[in-house]
Amino acid sequence: MGEYMEIRLKSEDKKFESDVKKFVAENLPKDVARKVIEHRPLEKQDVGRWQSALHKQGWVAPNWPTELGGAQWSAMQQHIFDVVSSAAGAPRLSPFGINMIGPVLIEFGSDFQKERFLPKILSGEEWWCQGYSEPGSGSDLASLRTTGELHGDKYIVNGQKTWTTQAQWADVMFCLVRTGQSGKKQDGISMLLIDMHHPGVEVRPIITIDGGGQEINEVWLQDVEVPVENLVGEEGRGWSIAKFLLSHERTNTAGVGASKRELAHLKHIAAKEFLDGVPLIEDPLFRDRITKLEIDLMALEWTVLRVAAVEAQGAVPGPEASILKLRGTEIQQELTELQMEAVGPNALPYLPMSLEENWIGPTVGPNYATPLASRYFNYRKVSIYGGTNEIQKNIISKRVLGL
Amino acid sequence: MNFSLSEEQKMLKDSVDRFLEKNYSFDLRQSMIEERQTMSGEVWEGLAGLGLLGVSFPEEYGGFGGGGIETMLIMESMGNHLVIEPYVSTVILAGGLVNKGAADWQKQIILPGIIDGSMLISFAHMEPGSRFNLERVQTVAKPDGNNWVLEGQKSIVLHGPVAEKLIVSARTSGEVEDQDGVTLFIVECDEENLGGHEYPLYDGTRALDVQLNGVRVGPESVIGQLGKAMPLISEVVDHAMAAFCAEAVGVMERTQQMTLEYLKTRKQFGVPISRFQVLQHRAVDMFITLEQARSMAVLASGSLASTDLSEKKKAILAAKDFIGRAGRAVGQEAIQLHGGMGMTQELAIGHYFKRLEAIDLMFGNSQHQRREFAKLSNQEGPVEYVQPRKKWKQI
Repeated sequence: MGEYMEIRLKSEDKKFESDVKKFVAENLPKDVARKVIEHRPLEKQDVGRWQSALHKQGWVAPNWPTELGGAQWSAMQQHIFDVVSSAAGAPRLSPFGINMIGPVLIEFGSDFQKERFLPKILSGEEWWCQGYSEPGSGSDLASLRTTGELHGDKYIVNGQKTWTTQAQWADVMFCLVRTGQSGKKQDGISMLLIDMHHPGVEVRPIITIDGGGQEINEVWLQDVEVPVENLVGEEGRGWSIAKFLLSHERTNTAGVGASKRELAHLKHIAAKEFLDGVPLIEDPLFRDRITKLEIDLMALEWTVLRVAAVEAQGAVPGPEASILKLRGTEIQQELTELQMEAVGPNALPYLPMSLEENWIGPTVGPNYATPLASRYFNYRKVSIYGGTNEIQKNIISKRVLGL
Repeated sequence: MNFSLSEEQKMLKDSVDRFLEKNYSFDLRQSMIEERQTMSGEVWEGLAGLGLLGVSFPEEYGGFGGGGIETMLIMESMGNHLVIEPYVSTVILAGGLVNKGAADWQKQIILPGIIDGSMLISFAHMEPGSRFNLERVQTVAKPDGNNWVLEGQKSIVLHGPVAEKLIVSARTSGEVEDQDGVTLFIVECDEENLGGHEYPLYDGTRALDVQLNGVRVGPESVIGQLGKAMPLISEVVDHAMAAFCAEAVGVMERTQQMTLEYLKTRKQFGVPISRFQVLQHRAVDMFITLEQARSMAVLASGSLASTDLSEKKKAILAAKDFIGRAGRAVGQEAIQLHGGMGMTQELAIGHYFKRLEAIDLMFGNSQHQRREFAKLSNQEGPVEYVQPRKKWKQI
């Protein structure tokens, strides 16, 4: 009987792994990696420098076809890249262009749209944000009320988007708007690409409970003119396009590479903290919690690989991908929780400014302790964004279990 | 990396599924348990007839030369049908010890017998005080001329009541928990000075406690090198753990199916209870747990052939821990979602739950696996954390 099912790395994958290691060692800016590993705030240009290095290599978009400038990696290669680069402290590239609208334009976009937008996503020249949620439309996204009225060759867009991550950095927004009022609420929705520098677009920051830097925003749209060539696919087909996009987003939100890095960081902290004169990592109670989390992360990793293997055979990721979003975010949250718990009372001082590059004022406790509480509070977001974990359960219940 | 099955593997899975579907009903299982039967001779013959008892053995002894994945497929199906036949006991454990440790002439005698279904052997290793510690062997074998005399007790010998032979681990040197000094002996069950006491486990499997009161065996009964059995035992137990993981996935799969069917058909408040979101989410939790358990079972079985021993060990410990926790979660949830019906002996669901709990106890429960895993895992050096301290003035 032949060994068809094979979980070991093939020799070409091992070669790829060492290529990635070499590339990362030579090209990942050291100061950026340090910021990532030490949980310091990242600037737009920090991510941009890493993206430029990847761009020269053709490695920005793991799953785009090569003829469009993508790397077109196998599922295993994508996983290897994620784990190797994350371990070294590579920042996550902005997903809105590369992982979200990119695949949508490749699938549904016009030739004009592909030529106009894809190259600048790869180069990092243009940043994207996602105009989905509205104040009255969160989990019930299809109830959205932002309107797009066709006047000649332009849509006039009015309304308000919210929770818009990186809107302050974005040049373009892919935006769901209501272009029709008849039929089911899902039917009248279209996807428009909106220039964020256009008159009538206003970005207002929303400060989150961690008190950190600007991450999410409100985006106000008042009589914004959008040329009709910026309509993606057909008018009224926005909902099915959005669903296609969300399934891609879910595969990418497992975050296994970053979680492995944070697990290593957790062990590092737990080795430096002492409890009754013994390193915390040797405390049976704390060690068991780390071990459980490490094993849970293995279970997620192998589930990601199984889903990715199906994807690699050409299938669109099914609703099963919701598992990855759910478990991935739960594990990310647990990691921030344990890291914070590991430093005990040193989690209390709130000194975000001491994480800035040029800070010369006092710090309290070990430096690794400073960002941990903020990260813990900030990471409560991950089970809410991209479709709350409860919505993911509804999706699995309906579409996988048939309940 | 490849998670798809070859044509041969698909055929193997199909043939086990079809055979058990037809020949191993829940009612048959329950009547066997009621009649204190350890196994069904007919089912065993059938499995032998399909060649399933030889899948994991080399072709030169009449086997098929299959690997971990083939065993995984068989075990999943066994779990699906809640089979209590001595597959792990005779084929994976005893057969594995012989195949990997015995001399060629011993294999010539034993393996064909296992493969054609005529020979049943159990592995008598655990002792009353050993808990989950494999090294803790107190039974001793003392030399007497060319022969050996065995003294000690063995407990919870799975499927022991039907075994014609036992493979008994005994200390030929060293202290109670030493790695070195353990030797394996083949002992005939009709041996004089061998006492036994048979009883059922809570999941319906039958087991034997064994008293060795000076059992005399010849030099030909030694398997492998004197005093060097521990690495062999550990390797074969890894195979058994991977097999149990796969079985548990099969048990969970059917548990989940039965629960979904129940939710869709049971009506309360005038609607099927599957309409209630709180129950839907609990069913989803079961599904998520099952899918991850499946990944871990693949990891365990796929790792058996690995040459990196530490990675292999970690994979198996992690899988057995995860699946232990998963089995408990899925089993408990299934009972809860079945309501009062889940509490009845009549329904299959409770028996699936009990099997999941029993699997957790095979060669170490979750807690034990995590303790062992932590020993290996902490050998990794922590990542270097470079952070220069900024100079600042005291104010």
